[in-house]
Amino acid sequence: MAKMRLTQAINAAYFEEMERNERIVLFGEDVEVSMFGDTRGLHAKFGSNRIRNTPISESAMTGMAVGAAMAGTPAICHLMFSNFALTGFDGIANQAAKLRLMTGGQAQLPVTFVAAIGAGTSTGAQHSDTPYPMFMNLGGINIAVPATPADAKGLMKSALRGFNPTIFLLPRVRGATSGEVSEDPDFLVPYGKASVMQDGSDITIVAIGTCVHHAIRAAKALAEDGISVELIDPRTLVPLDTDTIVASVRKTGRLVVVDEARDRCSAASHIAAVVGDEAFSSLKAPIKRVTSPNIPMPYAPALERALLPDPDKIVAAARLTLAS
Amino acid sequence: MSHPDTRHNSTPGSERLRAMLERMLLIRRTEEQLGADSRAGELPGNVHLCAGQEAIAVGICNHLSDSDYVGSTHRGHGHFLAKGGSARSLIAEVHAKSTGACGGLGGSMHVTDLSKGMIGANGIVGGGIGLAAGAALSAQVAGKGHVAVAFFGDGASSQGILPEVFNIAVLWKLPLILVCEYNGYSEFSASGTVNAGEIADRARAFGIPTEVIDGNDVEAVWTSAGIAIERARKGEGPSFIEAKTYRLRGHLEAEDGFLQAPYRSEEEIDQWRTRDPIPRLVKRLTEMSAMSDADFEILEAKVAAEVGDALQFANESEPPEMERVLSSVFVDQRP
Repeated sequence: MAKMRLTQAINAAYFEEMERNERIVLFGEDVEVSMFGDTRGLHAKFGSNRIRNTPISESAMTGMAVGAAMAGTPAICHLMFSNFALTGFDGIANQAAKLRLMTGGQAQLPVTFVAAIGAGTSTGAQHSDTPYPMFMNLGGINIAVPATPADAKGLMKSALRGFNPTIFLLPRVRGATSGEVSEDPDFLVPYGKASVMQDGSDITIVAIGTCVHHAIRAAKALAEDGISVELIDPRTLVPLDTDTIVASVRKTGRLVVVDEARDRCSAASHIAAVVGDEAFSSLKAPIKRVTSPNIPMPYAPALERALLPDPDKIVAAARLTLAS
Repeated sequence: MSHPDTRHNSTPGSERLRAMLERMLLIRRTEEQLGADSRAGELPGNVHLCAGQEAIAVGICNHLSDSDYVGSTHRGHGHFLAKGGSARSLIAEVHAKSTGACGGLGGSMHVTDLSKGMIGANGIVGGGIGLAAGAALSAQVAGKGHVAVAFFGDGASSQGILPEVFNIAVLWKLPLILVCEYNGYSEFSASGTVNAGEIADRARAFGIPTEVIDGNDVEAVWTSAGIAIERARKGEGPSFIEAKTYRLRGHLEAEDGFLQAPYRSEEEIDQWRTRDPIPRLVKRLTEMSAMSDADFEILEAKVAAEVGDALQFANESEPPEMERVLSSVFVDQRP
């Protein structure tokens, strides 16, 4: 085990998997300089053939990543901020998510799109989104949202060993959070398997990405009042481990879902709908969602903080749920 | 290298021209069948036919092996057959049968045969440009001298991905041949009303070796393609070919059913019929004393038999089952 930050864990995953599979290429804007640090050192190690800085051309980047993957070259396409995925959305939404089906299963698409998500650092509305709900709606692309360095490494390694298109989202605010990470070269985290971070009996809290860390604090605060929280991090939104979530709600009878995405058609609302369908008779109270309001993110720090999920809002939602 | 060695020939020669004529005829007759099936209401979806444009697909793909890649468009039947796809798998696919190229899950706009390096027709008109550029990157990293060709139309030339790919292809010296099939129309709009300037000049602005050719002359296409492909195989980077042509059918076969007025004149269409690449090639072969009327009749009969066989194959095939869908979204993962 080694203690490292989330971006260092991803960096380690790139190094290990690019050494293991010499066909993998990585390209994106400023990947040599590496704004977030996750691609640092790769160019020196693997050279200009496999590590390439691109122009600011997301349409070409996403399309080329898919084309390279179809032709047998696993590709990591680094998009920096997830909002930039939207300027290159054709390659993701119309190509990566659909080509295996459209080709009748001929195409294997080992392509991994990497981008940072989340607000909280006054980057303004165009650098602050948490757009996984729209990716969840595409139908044919996996989505990883790791909250811990260990999960980040294991999920990235799984993506790079697999043959399915993946959107790998870095929760930005918590990128500096340190944690213990396995150094086993075959340490993998499977897709579609939630992490039960804490067992509990009174209420289930499902939290995604950065919100997992808010939820850990909320669970501690609730524990001081004798409330036992079961905390679940889905880790991947596609595939989504609904079995673990539903089983937990059947046990606790109460659910709060915490998601930094805007509330309308969020991951939280999807999870709430699934639980409503599958565990209605176990519910002792309405499901609560702690999400962001349906507006773009403002720049001013106090307003940004006021809009985002935080431990206090999670505690308040949990108390409302427990009161009914 | 396993690609066909055409480097030292500047002209195709009569034997190769006859082979290309057969492929062009196969495309034309296959599409005539699909057009008839469409108008008879026997197809579930629309078809965009390339009648009149066959010389470009065939003249270029004649240089390619199965290890070279082709990215195509919504008008992709010709590229599919030119790259070595079979009439059976094409017709069965468009008829939504499980034996089709994509098991009946893709349809006319997505015909793909990866075993032939045909990475797909694409419903996004410029979608194939990015995919082909990615395949070119893959070929470059693999370092075996393989190339990728992106076919697209004048309409797609105004999608932003094209100048993005121009830029990257030059910077990275990608083994990529960008082929604009300039048929004068962007769906239902005359090209001049939606595309400023000359499209070839856009490529020239990036320093890409560029040729504007008669796309209805298969010899001219073949010769120009040979130069561009050789350049790509030698690691000298991308080329741009603007092949002037015309689609003798509409944007899609169903358009007569919803258009209130024609957007092209009969005179214009008739004028281009006189430049149809297939009779032109027959005439050329006749002048070369390389094909008699009887030879051509034999060729027509052979192609008709192939199309007839393919249609029968499609008609006798079963539609796909839902299980094929569920197993075709992800690898080793249920949706």
